[in-house]
Order: sequence, then structure tokens, then C-alpha cells
Amino acid sequence: MKLRTYLLGLIVLLLLALASWQVLASLRYQWNWAGIWEQREIMLRGWGLTILISLGALLGTLIFGLILAIGQETKEPVTRTVCRGYVELIRGTPLLTQLLLGYYVIAAAFNLDNKIIAGILLLTAFEAAYMAEILRGGVASIERSQWDAARALGLDRRQTWRFVILPQALRRVLPGMAGQCASLVKDSSLLSVLGIAEFAKQTDVAVSSTSSPLEGYLPMALGYLALTLPLSWLARKLEQKWKVV
Amino acid sequence: MKIEVQSLVKTYGSQRALDGLSLSLPPSTRCLALIGPSGGGKSTFLRHLGGLELPDSGRIEVNGKPLSTKELELRNYRRKNGFLFQGYNLFPHLTARQNIIFPLVQVHGKSNAEAQDLATTHLTRFGLASHAEKLPVQLSGGQQQRVALIRALVSSPELLFLDEPTAALDPEMTVEVLELVRELILGGQEVILCTHEMGFARAVADVVAFVAAGKISEAAPPDALFNSPQNPDVARFLSRVLEFR
Repeated sequence: MKLRTYLLGLIVLLLLALASWQVLASLRYQWNWAGIWEQREIMLRGWGLTILISLGALLGTLIFGLILAIGQETKEPVTRTVCRGYVELIRGTPLLTQLLLGYYVIAAAFNLDNKIIAGILLLTAFEAAYMAEILRGGVASIERSQWDAARALGLDRRQTWRFVILPQALRRVLPGMAGQCASLVKDSSLLSVLGIAEFAKQTDVAVSSTSSPLEGYLPMALGYLALTLPLSWLARKLEQKWKVV
Repeated sequence: MKIEVQSLVKTYGSQRALDGLSLSLPPSTRCLALIGPSGGGKSTFLRHLGGLELPDSGRIEVNGKPLSTKELELRNYRRKNGFLFQGYNLFPHLTARQNIIFPLVQVHGKSNAEAQDLATTHLTRFGLASHAEKLPVQLSGGQQQRVALIRALVSSPELLFLDEPTAALDPEMTVEVLELVRELILGGQEVILCTHEMGFARAVADVVAFVAAGKISEAAPPDALFNSPQNPDVARFLSRVLEFR
């Protein structure tokens, strides 16, 4: 059984390698790794900035997403409508449009000159709407009986959310949240349109100065994978650890 | 306990769950059992008595005090009492012990050490000492209901509300839980319960109230109600449910 699995894996790997080789061969591509190697510092700096922006936006997304999720569930109609309206507005328009409008109109109106901070805020504003929906789905999946039990015990609203609803909801939506975090890292590449020197932008700079796209874009893909795979791994670990048997 | 209920009305959409229900209990009552057909309104009435639902109209007085309609006052009322649900409603992410300790610490202001001691005492008394660190899903239905019972009574409630506490249990576990409830009542705990266990209602209650179509058809001491019901609906119901006993 084990041998068969290995053999099958090997065959799949060989087929993939063959297909890739075929594609590259048809391009008659001239590799120039030396050129991109000289640009490594530019790309690494971009990668570092992508990590910084992602971490900042991740923190912002979790906090703002939670506020939006709770805001949509509140009984107070104005707060609920504002939160729902915001989520619909953000989810109904492209990130690119939001970045451009957000940066050239809203950030400009507030004299926010720091591109990195503006980028983090804009990315947070976008991702939080999706995070809010994931969290809201988790909260909605908690049975009515849990709210009942919390009320019967005399817990107040804050205690109910903190000790009963959120711990259960978070466990259920963890895979979705991890996926959203990975999306956030990837979406940060769009900040390149604002001239923010993150990984995608810097890779572009390196590629255009060396005229070697594949040598730039392949490491770029690996660079993003290096950030998103640990997120998936962490989510799986936490899911196992928190699993209610 | 002294209970006065006047013209209680509760509608859910187009369905009238309580239809002008009135009841007056003498102060000497230690245990009130609500019986009657499913969907007749006994659980809804119990939830109103327990401060979990607000009536559309009507008035409830418990031990001389009218039940408030303000959430804060109702919460304080719920904190003084205990409520046990048909489906146990334990918190699935907490162990049996944590389910008991958490409200003691968060709601009743006990120190962690005090709460641990109380939990250990009760878990041992209810034969659950070896299951204390298990999650609810790792416990049988009867064990879960016993943990829920401890959670409801560990804070020494003035009134203990039991909403069909054995409806989800097999006959053996039913006996297990009913014996505990009887012990509590004999120990002086004041209890209001709804139940389909006619034998149990007859054995433990001072007053049995028959609830059907959102009203009390008849309320009387168990011997009177079971031996010579005055209301023809009650007589018909009892003759049917007691046919195979």
C-alpha cells in the first residue's frame, strides 16, 4: 500500500515536471538567473515590506472584522445598518477601485502622506468586511440553546460573547479565517498600484531592469507561498488542538 | 414559593403560545409540576417564570415581587435561580468541571479556589468525580444532564426550573436524573418543572398544573388531579397517557 502511494506520487511529480519542461521548452526561454540575483536586495526589501504590511493589516482586520461582525448582530438599528451597509459596499466593489479611491481621495483628504500606513489601512478596510462575514457565519452557527444557557446563568452580553459565543464560533471558522489571512497577504500585491514598494512592485522593478520575467516571477510566487503556507499550517494545528472531540 | 400569574399572553408570529394564562399558588408550595400535551405551552410558561421570555401582556409575581421587564433586573432574577434545559445546553468547549466553575467565578464572584471546591463536592456527590475533566461530548446523556443540574444548583438557587429534564434520556438515565431531582426536593429545594413523567410529577409535586392551548386547565394537588380531575380535557389526557402504565 505504502509503496503504491510512493509510486503514484512519483508518477504525478514526473508528469508535472514533464509538462512544465514542455511549456518552458516551447517558449525557447533564455534563462538569466545572474541578472535577477543582482536585484535580490530590492526584492528582499519588498518581501520584508509585504510582511510588515500584512502583519499590520492582519491585526487591523481581526479587530475591525470582529467589530463589524458584532455590529451586524446588535439590536441597535443604526449601528446594525451602518455595519451591514459597509460590508455590502466593500464586498460589492473591486479592491482596485477601493485602493485608488481610498488613496487618492480619502487619504488625500485627510493628508495621510505615509503610503505604508495608508496601504495598511486600505487593506484592513477591505479584508475586514470579508472577515466580518466569516465571523458572523460562525456566530450564526452557534445554536440558540447556547445563548439560552448563558442567559439562564445570568451572564451579561459581554460575558456571553467573550466566554460562550466567540470561543465556539472561532473554532468553527478557523479554516475560513486562515484562508482570508492568506488572501490578505496575496491581496497586498495590489498595493503596487499605489507605488508602495512591496514585494510585487519590487519584483516588477527587478524584472524590468533585467528583462528576465520568469526569474523574477517564479521567486515571487515562492515568496508569497512562504507566507501563506505557514498560515494554513498554523490553522490546521489550531483546529486540531481546539477540536471538540 | 408564592406564585401569582395573571392573564399571561405570548404570541410568536401568528401562534398564540400563552393565551391569558393565570395561576395562583399557595406559599406552602415546594414543587410545582407542569404537565400537558406537547405544544400546549408548558415550556413557554416555564421560560416566562424563569425570566427567559417577556410576555406580550399579563403579570407574573414571584414571592410577592412582580417580575421586571427590564433586562438588568431580569438578569439579577435569573442569577438568583437555576434553569435546567431539556437538551442540557452545556458549553461544548468547556469540560464538565469548567462548565460548573465558570458561572460561579464570572457571575457569582466566587474565587477560583472556592469554585473548584464547590465543583468537586458536587461532582463527587453526583457520582461524576471521574468525569470532571471530560468534555460534554465525551459524557452520556444522563451524565451531561447531571453536570447541567450541578451547574444550575451549585450557586444555591432560590428556585430551580427544570424544562423536561429527562425528555432526551433513555429510561435508565431518566431514573438516574429523576432520583437526583427528588433528593433535591426532599432536601428543601423549591422546584418548578415541566415533565411528561406523570409518575414523577405525582410523587414529588405539591401542585400539578395542566397546561393546554396556552392556558391552565386545572391546577390541584397531585392526588386530586390524577384521581379525580375536574376538567374533561385533563381527564381525557390522563386516561390516554396512563393507559399503558
